[in-house]
This record gives sequence, C-alpha cells and structure tokens, in this order.
Amino acid sequence: MTMQIADSVPLSASDAKARAQAAAARDNLRTEPRAVRITIIALAMIFLTVFVVLPLVVVFAQAFSRGIVAYLAALAEPEALAAIRLTLLVAAISVGLNLVFGLVAAWAIAKFDFPGKTFLITLIDLPFSVSPVISGLVFVLLFGAQGYFGSWLRDHDIQILFAVPGIALATTFVTFPFVARALIPLMQEQGTQEEEAAISLGASGLQTFFRVTLPNIKWGVLYGVLLCNARAMGEFGAVSVVSGHIRGETNTMPLLVEILYNEYQFVAAFAIASLLAMLALITLIVKTVLERHLDEGQEPSDH
Amino acid sequence: MTIEVRNLVKSFGSFKALDGVDLKVDSGELVALLGPSGSGKTTLLRIVAGLDWPDSGEVFINGEDALAQGARERHVGFVFQHYALFRHMTVFENVAFGLRVQPRAVRKDEAAIRVRVKELLDLVQLDWLADRYPSQLSGGQRQRIALARALAIEPRILLLDEPFGALDAKVRKELRKWLRSLHHEIHVTSIFVTHDQEEALEVANRVVVMDKGRIEQIGSPDDVYESPASAFVHGFIGESIELPVQVEGGAVRLDGRPLALAADGLAPGASKLFVRRHDMLVGPPGSGAFEGAVRHVRNFGPVQRAEVTLSGGQTIEIDAPRDKELRAGDTIGLEPRRYRIFGG
Repeated sequence: MTMQIADSVPLSASDAKARAQAAAARDNLRTEPRAVRITIIALAMIFLTVFVVLPLVVVFAQAFSRGIVAYLAALAEPEALAAIRLTLLVAAISVGLNLVFGLVAAWAIAKFDFPGKTFLITLIDLPFSVSPVISGLVFVLLFGAQGYFGSWLRDHDIQILFAVPGIALATTFVTFPFVARALIPLMQEQGTQEEEAAISLGASGLQTFFRVTLPNIKWGVLYGVLLCNARAMGEFGAVSVVSGHIRGETNTMPLLVEILYNEYQFVAAFAIASLLAMLALITLIVKTVLERHLDEGQEPSDH
Repeated sequence: MTIEVRNLVKSFGSFKALDGVDLKVDSGELVALLGPSGSGKTTLLRIVAGLDWPDSGEVFINGEDALAQGARERHVGFVFQHYALFRHMTVFENVAFGLRVQPRAVRKDEAAIRVRVKELLDLVQLDWLADRYPSQLSGGQRQRIALARALAIEPRILLLDEPFGALDAKVRKELRKWLRSLHHEIHVTSIFVTHDQEEALEVANRVVVMDKGRIEQIGSPDDVYESPASAFVHGFIGESIELPVQVEGGAVRLDGRPLALAADGLAPGASKLFVRRHDMLVGPPGSGAFEGAVRHVRNFGPVQRAEVTLSGGQTIEIDAPRDKELRAGDTIGLEPRRYRIFGG
C-alpha cells in the first residue's frame, strides 16, 4: 500500500527535485520519526524490566538476603526436601500420563477423520480455559468424602484426595493440553503420506509409529514435555484445592512457598521460590534450543 | 501379475470419485490412468494399493481378492507424487525400510540387506547418494529413491501416483524415458496416474482415459489419439478445435449454414465437431468448408499457430506448416483433413 502511494508521485517529470521528494516521501512512509521509535522501544524495555526482570532479581535477592548458608539450610529442611520430592514425583507422573494421552490425541486428530473431531480439539483446550481452582474442585466433587466415588473409595480404603494420587490427577488435568497442542499442528502439517508409504512397504502399525511417526515428531514431543513439566512443577491453584496442605506430606513447592511466606519465613520461602525460578530459566533456554530444532525439522516443501 | 477391478464405486461425501469402474491389466503391462484432476484416477490407484477402500466393487491382484487384504499384505509398490521419503532416514535406510520391517522369520540378514539396497541404488543410478538425507536431494533424485524403495520389497505390482507431477519439465522428460526403460528391464506390472497426456502417450503401453469417475476409453496410445471414443477424449487428448454444430436433414450445419462435410450415419441434433489443429488445412478463400480471417500468427516450434475468426464469429486456433504464407488480415479457406462429430 505504502509503495503504491509513493509510486503515484509523478516520477516521469524529468525534474530531479520531484524525484528527491518522492524518495523522501517513500522513506517517511516506511519509518517513524526517530523520537517516536526511541519512545516505543524505551517503553517496551521499561515494561520488560519492571514486570519480568525485576521480580526475578528480587526472588534471588530475597533468597540470599541472609547469606548462602541460610539459603542452603532452608533448602535442607525436611519439609522443603519433602516438597521437592513430591513436586518431582507429581511432575513425573503427570508428564508421563500426558505424554501418552497427548500423543494418542494428537495422532487421532492429525491422522484420521472422524465425527466429533472438532469437538475433541475444543475439549483439549478446556484445561487452559478453566480456572485451575475449578479444576481442583471437580476432583473434590468426584473423589471427596461427599463426592460421587467418595463412599466407594472409603470402603475400599483408597485415598485419592489429600494424597499423591489427587495431586497428580489435578496436575495432569491442568497440564493436559501442552503435549497435544505442540503435536497437533506438527503432525497435521506432516500429513499421512510417510505412514502410508511405510504400511505399503509392509510395516505394521507399531513399526510405523516407532520407526516413522515418532522420529518425525520427536522435537515436538520434547517441546510439549518441557512446557508440560514447567507447568506441572509450578501449578498452584488446582493442587492447592486437592492437597489438604499436610506439612511434609502433601505440600508441593509452590504450596510450601505460600505457607512459609505467610509465616514470615522469607528466606525459606524465597529459597524454594528461587528453585522454581531457576526451573523457569532452564525451561526457557531448553525451549529456545528445541525451537531451533523444530524449525530445522521443517523441510522446505517439495519442489 | 494381473490386476482386475470390477464395478468400483467410491464416494467422498456427495462427491462421486469412482462411478462404476472396470479395468483389467495384463501381466507386465505399463498402463497410464489419464484424466483431469477430480476424475478419480488417484482414488482408483489408492484402492488398488489398499490405501483407500471402495464403497462397493471388487479388486483382484493375480486372481486373489485384494479387498480381503490390508495394504500391508498386498505386496504392492507405491510411489507417491510428493515422494513421501522418510525425512529422518538416509537414502540407504529409506530403501532398506521395506526389508527391515519384514517379520523376523523371512527377514534378510544385515549383509543381504546391504547387498540388495546397493543393487537397487545401482538400478536407479544413485548409489553415490546412499548417506544423504532426502532434504539434500533434488526432486528427480528423490523420486528415483522413492522408486527404489518401492522396488525393494519385490512388489507384485507397481503403482505410481503422478510420479513426475512435482518435477520441472526437463527432469520430467528425462525421468519418463528412464521409467520406460526401467519397466522394460524389470517388467513388473505397473499402473501410473497422470494428468499429462504427453506423458501417458509416451510412456504407457495402454492408456485409460478417465473423467468424472468413469472410464471414457481404454486403448493403445495410438488408439486414444487417432480414434477418440468420445467428445471428452477428443477434447482432452491432443489440441483440438471444438465447434458446436447441428446435424439436420443429412447436413452438418454451423450457425444454420450447411458445411461441406459428410453427415452419413450421424444422429440428428446438436453435436460437436472436433478437428485437430494441424488437421485444419489452409487454402485460398472459398476453397474449404470454412472461411475465416487471420487475427494474428505466432511461430511455435515447427509450426505457426494462427488465430482465425470464422465467418460465423467463432475464434479458433490452427497449426499450419512454417512454410505456409500466413499474415494477419488474410482471408483464408479452411478444410478439415480429418474430423469427428460427436452427438449430444
């Protein structure tokens, strides 16, 4: 559009002045005045500093405010160690489950046509659109003492709420979309031709999946797992509802941070928070690396 | 190995991709399925391969009911238009794939696989690319690797879906010749799909012309070109002039005026007259069945192509030899050396 306007300036006139004006007009249309540019960039930088960089710095500053010995002592508390263990366990369970579910869902959606497909795609996003607190409450309704399965579970002496299974379930629900979301567009773009080729060459369904489908999406899988893991370790709302906050037993790291903070144990609270912040930083770095691989993986389309 | 399909019907929603197709391919033939896009040719090929299933009808490969088998059991080599090479495997591994996924009982050992893959890469003359990845190859090389991969399982039949469709014109011509000589060498019963008539006529022993899910004509390349069975085939194969005519009272009429063309054996009614561009001979005004004014003339390889407006107002394109004197503005007579009239 801008080019058209610039080109409409009469260049046919042999007048060199007209040409110069046209060139100037073109430049003006393309770029903002210097002052405006500087203002916009400065605004962005200030916003980024205040809302992203500063909080990160504050977390570490608080964590180390009484020195490194106090920091390490806070992390060595049995309660802190229990929270770290639980968080790792829950993350491992929910990432594992979502890896399987996500792969299956993405595979079904990308490679097959079936009635209700659009509905399924919408459903996958549900955990993103529902408040985590409500996700947690759903499990209380299902498995709580007054819930649908409550009495049955009590009769069989199975503890889901206020225990590891409940926390793992809530976390799995909240983090479900990550793997599926990472894979669906990737698999849709790759189509089904390689799979068809594999089958016509005599490969079985499993051989096709492990030799053709999976290698083609491995970077996407890692990408989904990474984001899923970050969210699983950091999840607060849903876990808070189902955990019961039993100290040393059902407190994950984010829950413990809140409890310690409310008890004015700032060093301990921020020490654990710093671990979560470090997780975020590592996630970011790995994410950047994976994105590069994902871009490389995209073959230039056939020609 | 023979291929036979009987009364195949396949719909995608309300779209009828195949509408009662019967076809028999003899052992060792190289058959082209030719038709415009949407004519059902690829669907037919995919059904034979087991990648799609018909709504009704039968498929036999070497006399066996193929519909009772999955794609895996049919032992059919399939070559895709966009190659469908495994992008994360080297060329060698791509070709070896079919050998590696065989059940353990019949699988060759590693040394035998190496020998076989080497043979196939030699056959397609690309043994020097064994360690490359598909993304590092040109389109023509990829398609030859795809062919080697399909041949690795010693398929009973070979199916090629627009094998040269994604390649540029020069490579396409080379590969066409190469495919024909390869077929001569290995003699596996083959069907290939194409929308390019030149490709079909040049490569195939037999051409199957399809339109709207039906077979319009089956014949040798000469047959379909020289004696098209329907208006569609005449219009689709070769460059044709098409004029709407009336057959009435023993005469062929264009815009009500009788043409000096025989109307023997033609059903009365609205019909279509087809003439090949090069079969329209140029003469002095008043000498032929038509008269027209030359609009412009362009040289086109061995011929000159003239746009002519007939006295009735229709504009046609004819091909005349280069030595014929033709200039824009000339009034000329035109006599069809050969023509066909189809009713309806």
